Amino acid sequence: MSTTPAQKPTLLSIRNIAKTFGRNVVLRDVSLEIAEGEFLTVLGESGSGKTTLLRIIAGFETATSGELWMGTEKLDREPPYRRRVNTVFQNYALFPHLTVEQNVAYGLRVARRPDAEIAQRVTEALEKVKMTAHAKKKPSKISGGQQQRVALARALVNRPRLLLLDEPLSALDANLRRQMQVELKSLQREVGIAFVFVTHDQEEAMVMSDRIALLRSGELEQVATPREIYSRPATAYVAQFIGHTNLLRGEVRGGVMRCGALSWRASTPDGPSLFSLRPEQLRLSSGARSNSEVRVRGKVLQQAFHGATSLLRVECADGLVLVVRTPSGGLSAEEIELEFSPSDAIPVSESPEWN
Amino acid sequence: MFSRAYKAAVTVPPLAWVAAFLLFPYLLMFCYSFWSVSPAQTIVHSWNFDNYKELLQKTVYWQTLLRSMWIAARVMLFSLLLGYPLAYFLSFHAGKRKDLLYQMVIIPLWVSYLVRAYAWKTILGSDGVLNTLLQYVHLTNHPLDFLLYSPFAVVLTLTHIYTPFTILPIYASLEHIPRNLVEASHDLGASPAQTFWKVIFPLSIPGVVAGATFAFVLSLGDFLAPLLLGGPSGIMISNIVVSLFGAAYNWPLGAAISLGMLVIVVSLLFASERLEKKWSFS
Amino acid sequence: MELFVSSGSASTRQSRWLHLHASAVFAFLYLPIAVLILYSFNGQGVGGFPPQHLTFDWYRMLFADDAIWDSVLYSLKVALAAIFIALGFGIPAALALDRANFPGKTLFRRLVLLPLILPGIITGLSLLMLFKLADVRLGLLTIVLGHGTALISVATTEVFAGLQKLDRAQEEASLDLGANYWQTFWRVTLPNLKLSIIGAALLIFTLSMDEIAVSFFLIGRDNTLPLEIWGRLRRGITPEINAVSAIIFMFSLATIVFWYRLRGRAEGSVEAGAELLPAGDSNRT
Repeated sequence: MSTTPAQKPTLLSIRNIAKTFGRNVVLRDVSLEIAEGEFLTVLGESGSGKTTLLRIIAGFETATSGELWMGTEKLDREPPYRRRVNTVFQNYALFPHLTVEQNVAYGLRVARRPDAEIAQRVTEALEKVKMTAHAKKKPSKISGGQQQRVALARALVNRPRLLLLDEPLSALDANLRRQMQVELKSLQREVGIAFVFVTHDQEEAMVMSDRIALLRSGELEQVATPREIYSRPATAYVAQFIGHTNLLRGEVRGGVMRCGALSWRASTPDGPSLFSLRPEQLRLSSGARSNSEVRVRGKVLQQAFHGATSLLRVECADGLVLVVRTPSGGLSAEEIELEFSPSDAIPVSESPEWN
Repeated sequence: MFSRAYKAAVTVPPLAWVAAFLLFPYLLMFCYSFWSVSPAQTIVHSWNFDNYKELLQKTVYWQTLLRSMWIAARVMLFSLLLGYPLAYFLSFHAGKRKDLLYQMVIIPLWVSYLVRAYAWKTILGSDGVLNTLLQYVHLTNHPLDFLLYSPFAVVLTLTHIYTPFTILPIYASLEHIPRNLVEASHDLGASPAQTFWKVIFPLSIPGVVAGATFAFVLSLGDFLAPLLLGGPSGIMISNIVVSLFGAAYNWPLGAAISLGMLVIVVSLLFASERLEKKWSFS
Repeated sequence: MELFVSSGSASTRQSRWLHLHASAVFAFLYLPIAVLILYSFNGQGVGGFPPQHLTFDWYRMLFADDAIWDSVLYSLKVALAAIFIALGFGIPAALALDRANFPGKTLFRRLVLLPLILPGIITGLSLLMLFKLADVRLGLLTIVLGHGTALISVATTEVFAGLQKLDRAQEEASLDLGANYWQTFWRVTLPNLKLSIIGAALLIFTLSMDEIAVSFFLIGRDNTLPLEIWGRLRRGITPEINAVSAIIFMFSLATIVFWYRLRGRAEGSVEAGAELLPAGDSNRT
């Protein structure tokens, strides 16, 4: 697993956390450092353990083994109400018997802050999430997107050192979701608090994060910036999970990788190898002679229109099917020639127990 | 998520109360059943099986138990016959008035048992409303005796009281049936009657079992209705127990019978639970 | 939910029979009470058709009857105390069943729910034996303990059902925001259970006011209302009893209407009524 270290000082140190429920191993030795003020996304499929990890940080579950450190404080045994961590829940969990205002004020009331301070901080928080006009309403009277903002305000008003967000956008429709992604990102920049965001949506993760931690079956596959994770995936799983890719399986011998009819110079050691090639790195051949580009002919099986670009499924000799991304329109031929640069093929390690 | 202190705080007080006021008394009753009463009307703590022997040998106890079960069985049957179609009507045909009609089923439950039993007593008596009505319209020329102070009266009254108890679980299970199952059945060519027997009824069986169990068990242990309306021929097992704790002072024997009833009820509950599970498909 | 409209005559025939049956059953359920109320105004007393000269005499007699009013007061005292005990132990019991795991949990659950379906006399006389052993005199204390114990099951069932509807995430949110378990209980859990608790309280009140089987064995010198009525019934029927019965019915009706109003304002769901029923799901929890 490759890790890009965070740029700023460490806020939360997750050390070798493991969690088992009965006979079910949900997290296996997860270690991660979360930096001050960073936007970190924990990305994974359902069952990957991402929500469990979040709940362990929040204090709703205790890890079976491992440690949690915030600065010099060991958090493991601290109950949730003593941690400087707040959570935005998946279904918002707003208190139905309290107004929006009262919901946001809750944490401050419990901490017995003076009334004047509470009023001022609540007003500020509501302004930040643009919910001032709805302050006196009950949660049942506002929309899902608005509830989500209130949940945010309620958490942030307490000035936690870390904010946890458990798939907060999954209940919203696509357009609202995109809008909220942008708002959340700028909100985070504004308040400067570290956000740990859990989602299964890789596009969302790419858009919002400073770093992505990809979790699979309770273990971290890769922790890196979106760019890094996209252009230099560590394993086949990462390559396939983030965006589309072509996995080219073959053997390197004497510095040359052979995969079916394809071959190119590779600097990796000899032996069975796996390379990841992104669909946009395959182009329609220009026809001009070139020594550096790898060429292959194929038959277009399917075209999927995606707006500005289209994805083509191309069958080459010996049955290899490549996925190619081209600008839409202008493709009428059935037989085409593709090319790519060998440097665009990234070596990745195999991902065990996965197809 | 909940700390151990929290869990202990919510568990210990009720546990202690239940142990003190439910478990221990039942155990005490168990002990009593093995004791006997002396001629001087005191409880003698000598351990023996005499009470159980008496129960097994004297026919009066068996007869009464069987009669009680027969009464309970009839109440169960009639409650189901009355209750199921009403529950079905409520769930599938009541339309806009479903809420109101449902409330109307619940209301009698909130009315005092004593009041309802008493109402039947006044209706069924030889001078009662029913008899005088029948004579008034010349359907009969003398009072019908069997109406009151008979097992008939007990069954009638208990059916009146326990039918709503039966309706509610049946209604609940009918409501849980997704309506698109019925549509699918029709789509596949089944008539309404076939749909009922092949789809709706089987899915409502857990509710039927629950309702039947309530009606049977609650009727079996009833002592008020037989006392008010049963007469000598309508005595049920609980009446015997009550008299053993009253005039016929013999607590140990009473305890033995109670223990027997406890065992019967608990066995029925277990059986009914298993039956419900077997027929529950969710 | 008229599903069968398109199926034609078979369904409307079925529908008509069902309507008929439903009306008959409702008549069966309500007529006896209607007769009772009618005859409470009958000058000639109980029985005798048709009723003749309507009068308020029996009600007048009733209001002058001190013994009845004493028993009403006594019953009220018992009912109130029973509510406290039943809720005081029933709410934690529901929480324990919902959230804690401990050895003997199944036995505990069954024991708590047993009084709902077990004949009341068994609960009554087992407690009688306990009090005899502890040498406690029969009276207000014993009746209150009896009612409380028997009705804990009602409180537990209602509150447990309410807990199922509660979003666990809210309590987590409260903890997350800095409230400890005790604060969370008062600020979040309890307000959400308000409806269940009120429903339970109303039901416990009603059942306690009508309780006979357990009270029968634990009564001391003073009578509860049902036992007072019972005593008179043994001595013979008087129309005064019709009058008191009619009043009890009116009161029950008012209670349930009040309850539905309250609930309607909060939710508006009818199925909720099933929870009201003590026997509703007791076997299945």
